[in-house]
Amino acid sequence: MIHLAGPYLLAAALVGLGVAGIAVRRNAVLLLVGVELVLSGGLVLLVTTQAAGADRWAAGSVLPLFVITIAAAEVVVALAVVLAVFRLRGSIDLDAPSAPAAGPADPGDPR
Amino acid sequence: MTALDTAFAASAVLAVVGGLFAVTTRHVVHAALWLVVALLGVAASLLVLGAELVALVLVLVYVGAVVVLVLFALMLTRAPIGPDRAHAVGPWRAVGAALLGLATAGLLASVLLPLADGTVRRSDVTTTQVAGQLFGTWVWPFELLSLLLLAALVGGLAVARGGSAEAGREVAS
Repeated sequence: MIHLAGPYLLAAALVGLGVAGIAVRRNAVLLLVGVELVLSGGLVLLVTTQAAGADRWAAGSVLPLFVITIAAAEVVVALAVVLAVFRLRGSIDLDAPSAPAAGPADPGDPR
Repeated sequence: MTALDTAFAASAVLAVVGGLFAVTTRHVVHAALWLVVALLGVAASLLVLGAELVALVLVLVYVGAVVVLVLFALMLTRAPIGPDRAHAVGPWRAVGAALLGLATAGLLASVLLPLADGTVRRSDVTTTQVAGQLFGTWVWPFELLSLLLLAALVGGLAVARGGSAEAGREVAS
């Protein structure tokens, strides 16, 4: 026997913490920490539907596995992009203004 | 309060405290390590909810792979030892982010809590059932995910290695 308010509160708290982390971080790698927290809140919610018995095709266990896999793939691509940007600009500050000369590919540049 | 409620509350407190320190600490490496604590708390609460397989996969993939990747990325981007002063944010930004997080959590809780109609009996889905469904009903999404992982692997390699040298020269010139 379990009361469902606990899992719901945990999911809400994790998503809130993750959103706060995404908003507050300027380090691009640490932004991913917030994303992981949001995703784990979603995991808790999915598993809760299974524990409550509202579950078909074992979706409450299979969909979290899919979410974990997609999160792993997302982190791989995001970290590759962050490393490429670090090599290009020498900084992973999300608040830093973009480079003044964005290259010849920039159509908005009149020069 | 049943025993399951107590166990869930303990692991949920662990997860929330770990998450709180992960988003508030000024030490970049500590943030990744507090994420481990938060994810272990989440895994423990999933265990209490009766999803052993998901909890184990969470520990294996998130703690074993994702956090290690984040730590490697922190090292490769020359994260400072000690407080990260280069990326410090002002007080208004911190207050705004905290308000945004509180608003999101409050909104979700106000939507979800009315759905919690009292105590329910925890339904048990065995790993055998999960495996049967995974390779029966969900087999095509499952196969699609292996393609996604392959694409992420190749894409990550291509983005991190290839082309960046030419692009760097292009911008530098």
